[in-house]
Amino acid sequence: MTKEKSTFEEDLKKLQKIVEELSSGKITLGESLKKYEEGVKIAQSCSFTLEAAQRKVELLMKKDGKLSLEEFDDSSTEEK
Amino acid sequence: MGAFLLKKGKVQKINKRIYTVTEISQEIKALLENNIGEVWLEGEISNFKAATSGHFYFSLKDQNAIILGAMFAHANKGLKFKLEDGLKVICFGKVDLYAPRGQYQIIVERIEPKGVGSQQLAFEQLKKRLAQEGLFDLSHKRLLPKMPFSIGIVTSTTGAAVRDILQILKKGAPCVDVVLRSVRVQGEQAAGEIAEAIEDLNNFGKLDLIVVSRGGGSTEDLWSFNEEIVARAIYNSRLPIISAVGHQINTTLSDLVADVFVETPSAAAKIIVDKKNALLAELSGFKHELSFAMNNIISNLENRLTALTHTLKSPKDSLFEKQQQMDELSVELDYNMKHCLEFAFERSNSLIQRLEALSPLSILSRGYSLSMLLPQELIINEVSQVKIGDKLKTILQKGVFISQVEEVFND
Repeated sequence: MTKEKSTFEEDLKKLQKIVEELSSGKITLGESLKKYEEGVKIAQSCSFTLEAAQRKVELLMKKDGKLSLEEFDDSSTEEK
Repeated sequence: MGAFLLKKGKVQKINKRIYTVTEISQEIKALLENNIGEVWLEGEISNFKAATSGHFYFSLKDQNAIILGAMFAHANKGLKFKLEDGLKVICFGKVDLYAPRGQYQIIVERIEPKGVGSQQLAFEQLKKRLAQEGLFDLSHKRLLPKMPFSIGIVTSTTGAAVRDILQILKKGAPCVDVVLRSVRVQGEQAAGEIAEAIEDLNNFGKLDLIVVSRGGGSTEDLWSFNEEIVARAIYNSRLPIISAVGHQINTTLSDLVADVFVETPSAAAKIIVDKKNALLAELSGFKHELSFAMNNIISNLENRLTALTHTLKSPKDSLFEKQQQMDELSVELDYNMKHCLEFAFERSNSLIQRLEALSPLSILSRGYSLSMLLPQELIINEVSQVKIGDKLKTILQKGVFISQVEEVFND
C-alpha cells in the first residue's frame, strides 16, 4: 500500500515534468518520442491504479496492546 | 446584626445565660441550618481559589452583598466546566457558619453556570483553552495526500456512518483500501476509545489518512468528540485527519482540531472520491498535453523540413528554366531550318524547271525521237553511221523500241 502510494505520487511528479519538457520543445525528436512514450505509459498506469477496484476492507483489532488485522465483511453495511 | 439583637433579646429573656464563643457559634450555626438550610443561590463568582486539597473557595456577590462559598472536593470532582471569576452561577447548597473565622458561608453541592448549560460552558472554556494552546492553528493543519489509497476510519462498525462511507467509496473510489477501528461513539468510554483508536491507526502505519466519524445525533450524543482527550489525539496524529461528525451545523472540537472537517460521514467519503476523479481528469489532461506537444514537435519539424526542401529545389528550378529556354530556342531553330529548307527547295524547283526546258528530252515531247546504234548506243546524227541490218534503239517521249535497218538512202 505504502509502496503503491509513494510511486503514485512520484509518477505524478515525473509525468508533470515530462509534460513540461515536451511542451517546451527544447529536446530532440528522438528524446521527445522517448519522453512521450514514457509519459503516456505513466499516465496510463496511474489511471489504471485509480480505476482499479480491488479494495480491501479490514478491521484493526487490538489485543494486549498488539495490533492485528481481521477481515471485515462490508456487505453487511450495504443498504438493502 | 438583627440576628444578634434578636439573640440578645432572647438571652435577656432566658435567665441571663452567659454563652461561650463556641456556644454562641453553635447556636448561630443551628439557627442558620434550621431556618435557612439548603437553598438555591444566584450570584457572580469572585476571589476563586482552588486549594491543593481539591476544595474550591470563592465568594458569590451581587451589587449589594457578598457571601463566602466553599465547594469541597467530593462535590466539585465531576464538574465539567471551570469556575472562574466573573462567572454568573446558580448554586445549590447549605448556608453554614464557619466558626473558626466567625463567617457565614454557603457550602455548595451543585453549581451551574447561569444562562448556558454547564456542558456548553465547559465546551466554551475548553475551546478557549485549546485555542490559546494553538490546537486549532491553521499552521498545524496538514494537507491531505494527493490520493489516499488507504484510509483508516475511527467509528462504530454498527453505525450508519461506516455504512455511508464504505458505500460511497465502493461506488466512487474502489481503489481505496480501508482499515476500520471500531469504537463506541457515545457514552462515557467513547472519548477514550476514540483517542486510543486514532493513536492505534497512527501506529499501524501504511495509511494515508484517518477519518474520525459518527452519524448524526443530539449535542449530547456527539459529546465525545468535544472531549479534550479526543481533541489532543487528533492534534497529535501524524496522519492527516478528516473529522466527519454528525449531521448538524454545531462544530465539535474534533472538527476544529482536524486538518479537514466536513458535516457528514458521506462528505468525508466524497472528498476522497472527488480527489480520485480530479486526478483522473488531470491525468487525461496530461495525456492530451503530451499528444498536443508531440504533434507540435512533429509539425514544427515538418515545417522546417518543408522550408529546407524548398531551398533544395531551387537549382532544379533553374534547370527547368534552362530547359525551357532550350525548348524555346529549339523551336526557333526548327522554324528557321524549315524556312531555309523551303527556300532552298523553291529555288531548286525553279532551276529544275529551267533545266527541264533545256533538256533534249523535252524535244521528244514535241513528237521527235532519238535513235541510237546498238549495241554501242551511239546517237545517230547521220545516215552514214548505219548500214543495213544494224539494230537501232529509238527513244520516244514515252517508251523505247528496237528496230532493224532495212534500207539506207544516201542523199
